Amino acid sequence: MGDYIIEMNHIRKEFPGVVANDDITLQLKKGEIHALLGENGAGKSTLMSVLFGLYRPEKGEIRKDGEVVNIQNPNDANDLGIGMVHQHFKLVEVFTVLENIILGAEPTKYGFLTTKETREKVLELSKKFNLMVDVDAKIEDISVGMQQRVEILKMLYRENEILIFDEPTAVLTPQEIDELMKIMKNLIKEGKSILFISHKLNEIMEVSDRVTVLRKGKYIGTVDVDKTSIDQLSEMMVGRKIDSIKKNPAKKTDEVILEVNNLIVPSKLHKNNAVNNVSFQTRAGEILCVAGIEGNGQSELVYGITGLEKISSGSIILNGKDITKMSIRDRNLTGMSHIPEDRHKYGLVLDFNLGQNLALKKYFQEGFQHNGFIDFGKIKEHSEILIDLYDIRSGKRSATIARSMSGGNQQKAIIAREIDCGAKLLVAVQPTRGLDVGAIENIHKTLIKQRDQGKAVLLVSLELDEVMDISDRILVMYNGKIVAELDPKKTTPQEIGLYMVGAKVQDRFKTVGGEA
Amino acid sequence: MLGLKSKKDTSPQKTITEISELKVTVISSVVSIIVGLLFGLVFLFIIEVIKETPDMTNPFYGFSNLMVEGFSSIRSIIKVLYKAAPLLMVGLAVGFAFKAGLFNIGATGQYTVGAFFALIAAILWQFPWWAALIVAMIAGGLWGLVPGIFKAVFNINEVITTIMLNWTALFFVNLLFYNNPGIYESRERTMNLAVANPSAILPDLGVSDSYFNIGIFIAILFAVVIFIVLERTTFGFEIKACGNNKNASVYAGIKAKRTIVYTMLISGALAGVGGGIQYLSGTVPYTVTSTTLLPMGFNGIPVALLAFSNPLGIIITSLFISYLQVGGEAMQPVYSPEMVNIITSVIIYFSAFALIVSQLIKKYMKKRLGGDEATEETDVVLDVASEEVNKISTPKTPEEGGEK
Ligand SMILES: Nc1ncnc2c1ncn2[C@@H]1O[C@H](COP(=O)(O)OP(=O)(O)OP(=O)(O)O)[C@@H](O)[C@H]1O
Ligand SMILES: [Mg+2]
Repeated sequence: MGDYIIEMNHIRKEFPGVVANDDITLQLKKGEIHALLGENGAGKSTLMSVLFGLYRPEKGEIRKDGEVVNIQNPNDANDLGIGMVHQHFKLVEVFTVLENIILGAEPTKYGFLTTKETREKVLELSKKFNLMVDVDAKIEDISVGMQQRVEILKMLYRENEILIFDEPTAVLTPQEIDELMKIMKNLIKEGKSILFISHKLNEIMEVSDRVTVLRKGKYIGTVDVDKTSIDQLSEMMVGRKIDSIKKNPAKKTDEVILEVNNLIVPSKLHKNNAVNNVSFQTRAGEILCVAGIEGNGQSELVYGITGLEKISSGSIILNGKDITKMSIRDRNLTGMSHIPEDRHKYGLVLDFNLGQNLALKKYFQEGFQHNGFIDFGKIKEHSEILIDLYDIRSGKRSATIARSMSGGNQQKAIIAREIDCGAKLLVAVQPTRGLDVGAIENIHKTLIKQRDQGKAVLLVSLELDEVMDISDRILVMYNGKIVAELDPKKTTPQEIGLYMVGAKVQDRFKTVGGEA
Repeated sequence: MLGLKSKKDTSPQKTITEISELKVTVISSVVSIIVGLLFGLVFLFIIEVIKETPDMTNPFYGFSNLMVEGFSSIRSIIKVLYKAAPLLMVGLAVGFAFKAGLFNIGATGQYTVGAFFALIAAILWQFPWWAALIVAMIAGGLWGLVPGIFKAVFNINEVITTIMLNWTALFFVNLLFYNNPGIYESRERTMNLAVANPSAILPDLGVSDSYFNIGIFIAILFAVVIFIVLERTTFGFEIKACGNNKNASVYAGIKAKRTIVYTMLISGALAGVGGGIQYLSGTVPYTVTSTTLLPMGFNGIPVALLAFSNPLGIIITSLFISYLQVGGEAMQPVYSPEMVNIITSVIIYFSAFALIVSQLIKKYMKKRLGGDEATEETDVVLDVASEEVNKISTPKTPEEGGEK
């Protein structure tokens, strides 16, 4: 027993309408990376929040080095050497990196901040663990990857021994993920112990020593990574085998759904244009994927097309209608749905309930309202159907406040709403971010089904696997421009990678204003 | 949100009693009020103790009068209703804007403009009361519209513009006053409505008490309408969506800018009607002042806060605050009017303060029940609001120009 640094025994945590953790046991050995795996809503974040003192369990005990401890709040957790990186970072945007790191543990002498020594300590830590940060930069100006390194430094600065990472890789680019994996291995070498939540089985296989699997709030088992396989893990997790995506070839049509001509979208970060003279077409019955490394204009391209950001020039034609100057509502009604990149910023009104969120794009339509009066019965009815159809799990079904839902289920809700609109064009940005393998499979199937029904899907993804698996045509964006058009059947991830980093440009895109 | 409890019980056993949002709200408000009252009593003792010749019966006398007066006679009840009517309207104005995430500190300006235009309509144009009220509504609405447009088009913070427009309103009204000799009796106050245009006085339904008029019913009607608008209509849905997450509303195709403009227009109109109701009662003339803003508009803030901006709750909280004010008058002559002002302000202030505390408790409970960590935004609003309440709680003489 003695070699466990943390033991969580028989933990039970309830929320109104759900038992998020039901008799869960988790044992963390000193010096291991222990992965926590489970479907969306399985109770992973809840369990970690219990350990970090954010929630108090109804039952169960927590032991540190064999002794029962009472963790009332995050400060207690911190005193026990437990630190946590939340999926949505908790940093003060307008503060510098250094200020954020010392926040809450400010070193003072006679009531004055003693930043000089701290600074050295932080610099030393960042060197030791190879966590490159610019200590004087403001959080709002640095990349998500760097923000995460700040969060890690924060834990190290507090000399935490047990580090919790809640879905750290969901928001990172593939390159940043590699980096993080290295950092985690480094931390172990320095004697830390890590709890790691991820939906990506290959990551788990790569870095962790043992895996604990949860399903629907219950403990399923703990296995050694050496003695298991991806298939076995996914079966433990969803209780059935995951089939690989079967895709029949696209039915070729000539019906152009979306036509983008010479689109220019200014950048908010720098003087150059984020999207620089991009033209392409999407046809009915195809999944067109825009690939690229984050920050090469894909987000702005989508914002331009969907109307969330002003474009400086160019034209957008949807279903034969010029929508360049149309309002967002009119674009939607002309036949566009949009699964946005940032689900908390755009996708949901977090304090509305699930039913209202599912009706966010329909509430004004006849049937959902009569003479300006909303028919809440109809909204509920409509949402109950979608909840079952898309397996959105929540405590109180349509009455659940969106904020209290698990991250993956929030995402499912958005997808359900957007596909339910039945638009000819579906713009999907990172639709599977933060979803478990079972849900990803479902979403992929759904996207393919949309395609087979003659819709056009414009998929923006940073995930090369996803791009290769489900797209019918790939456009690669680099530095605001399209640099290649590829056929997934005839290309390799390596080749896409070369275009993504700008090492190669197809001849036809070398001249300004190439046509795709 | 609607307290819909799902019939399907997904958990095998239910150990957590579900606390509905509404219950928590009501409990918080009531507790806050009690805490505020207790502070008021403590405060009375403190003033007594520091007197040269303390008389310990005074605090009890004062406090019991304060508490009892509002119910003591039909006439007092009528007076409570009379004072509550304009309070209710400004409370609605502030609360309605809160729902859209806007902090309308300009209710007093909109109220002032509404009040004066009601009088212009009544005295100069000889309009009947209902038409004068409509004029008040339009005037207040326009005064609210301006910050709305600034916010929507130029993204200028409504707090700043509404504060500036408060003073603009005051001087604009003074300007109109002096330039329209027909409206005033002396160079300080407007003509008595009973003389100038009796048909502009709100109907009293045959009740002989001079404080009685249909103002309170009009105000309650507005509260109900606003409640229905917020909870039942697509427009209300849009307002609340904008208030909760503007980005998501824009994404969903809601015209957020237009919603902001409409919200401020309506908010201003509500405050304007409040001004109309007060001055068309025929009991007070408008008295020119150029040094203080009318406190009525500011009192709308605690009224709205105490009710969590719920229009039906605002009916109750406005009655409560009006009851305090009426009770306060009965503390005289032992306590001077200024003192009474301070005491009632202390109670209102501490109620609002306690509310913030209870919000924190609620947040904590939610967390234990598994709520969220992110009610911070509302807290910020409350913080700002509490500061504002703080500022205005310092007594302001002359109170609405004194009654006849
Ligand atoms: N604050 C809360 N209030 C009410 N219910 C909650 C709350 N937090 C989580 N739940 C519910 O508890 C269950 C477990 O949620 P949790 O966030 O732990 O899932 P998860 O395993 O982290 O899922 P994901 O992979 O989607 O992030 C879900 O059904 C969720 O709806
Ligand atoms: Mg989670």
